[in-house]
Amino acid sequence: MAKTALQFRHNGSDVAIFVDGGTNLLVALRELIGDMTPKFGCGQGGCGTCSVLIDGELHLSCLTLAETVAGRSVETLDSLKQGPNLHPLQRAFAENFAAQCGYCTPGMLMAAKALLDRNPSPSRAEIVEAISGNICRCTGYEPIINAILAASGGRVSA
Amino acid sequence: MTRHRGRGIASVNYPIGMNLGGDPSQALVHSNPSGKFTVALSSIDLGQGMKSVTRQICAETLGVPVEDVYVDTADSDTGPHCMGSFASRGTHRVGNAVMAAAREARGVMMEAAAEELEVSAADLETDGRGNIHVKGAPHRSISTKDVAIAAQFKQGKTISGRGIFLVPLSNVDPETGEMSPATCYAHACLVAEVEVDDETGEVTMIRMDSAYELGRALNPRLVEQQLVGGAWMGVSHALYETPEPYYPDPVHGPRDFVEYIMPGPGDICPHDIAVLERPAPDGPFGAKGPGEMCANPVLPAVANAIFNAVGVRIDDLPITPEKVLRAIKAEGGARPQARR
Repeated sequence: MAKTALQFRHNGSDVAIFVDGGTNLLVALRELIGDMTPKFGCGQGGCGTCSVLIDGELHLSCLTLAETVAGRSVETLDSLKQGPNLHPLQRAFAENFAAQCGYCTPGMLMAAKALLDRNPSPSRAEIVEAISGNICRCTGYEPIINAILAASGGRVSA
Repeated sequence: MTRHRGRGIASVNYPIGMNLGGDPSQALVHSNPSGKFTVALSSIDLGQGMKSVTRQICAETLGVPVEDVYVDTADSDTGPHCMGSFASRGTHRVGNAVMAAAREARGVMMEAAAEELEVSAADLETDGRGNIHVKGAPHRSISTKDVAIAAQFKQGKTISGRGIFLVPLSNVDPETGEMSPATCYAHACLVAEVEVDDETGEVTMIRMDSAYELGRALNPRLVEQQLVGGAWMGVSHALYETPEPYYPDPVHGPRDFVEYIMPGPGDICPHDIAVLERPAPDGPFGAKGPGEMCANPVLPAVANAIFNAVGVRIDDLPITPEKVLRAIKAEGGARPQARR
């Protein structure tokens, strides 16, 4: 099958890859670029762990055709890396015990980042809404909601 | 249409570990030339905190800082044998094995330190900060790192220890049916408050209040995390999750996360948890373990709360809106019970 040349910005760097027609963004990121931070959960938009930001907007990378990000900016969890320091959201997740097995965490963090980027001090209800496309098996969501509240400077419930 | 509130209660008496041919776990502890310690286990940390808790147990037993201990759960092919991470057995069984291994390693470490300081090992103590000194004379001191180096390069000793904890098989007495399937039990009580819509059959969680008795909480934040998250697994089993089809043909069964329903962040409710610590005589530092028990009392409490709300007794899980509606219809309407 003919491959298409694809260029886009990946976490602030220009990347160029060749993709088969129909390749989804999640596969392109993990297998062609080698960024393993977006996870494969269900491959059909049901779990949210593959979430990434495209031009600052939250998207499910498993349901996004790779070719549609040509010339656009894609941010994955790896973009939160700040050398040896944790991103404030990562620190808030750690301090609030917002991860157990950790499989949903990349998607939760990206959903939280998308929210805080456009709304720096969200209400609890807005946080619940923002992560409602993400499934977590372990935590019961409460610690995740509290972590996002803490990262935004909000009051955490006991 | 009316939304009915109901409250249900359930208590559990939860055995720690299992009784199928005996329940053993092993651990190995050894020091590295850097003065740090490695715990080798075949038990797996699925996120429940096995690594953190065994690390704490090892550090406390050795008398060294927790950051000087590394727990390696990498490989069940090459590691010491463990039955596995299930039946809430990790903290209790594996923790006890780690404690035994660390105790043996500590013995060698103190002997090696005694040789370096030219005193009797019985006169030495650890300060928990990485030093070993003569009791009452803290200036007569050597770091655990220097002891590890001396043991390895001068004395030719391995600072290491082996540990196993076994709960032997308990056979059923053929005459009386009596047996002791577990050596230690944890306990819990949970009150669930729900709202049942008698037009849609939908059940909404309003709040939960619970008390857990689980021996000593070795890592209180991990215990809390397990209890908070586990309760929602219980709610999920009570109200949502099933691999069975709702209609006769299996092809109608759930195939993915869209059809295999679990609670989302919008479904959760406040949950107030009290942890009671009653150290277990045979647990590591008195611990039993919250494990699976965190999900168990939720199911009967929710079923009881639904009965209290609309007067229907549903004994088939999950309690889907369809089952609630059919039961209410069969009863000729909702029959709220006395508020408890």
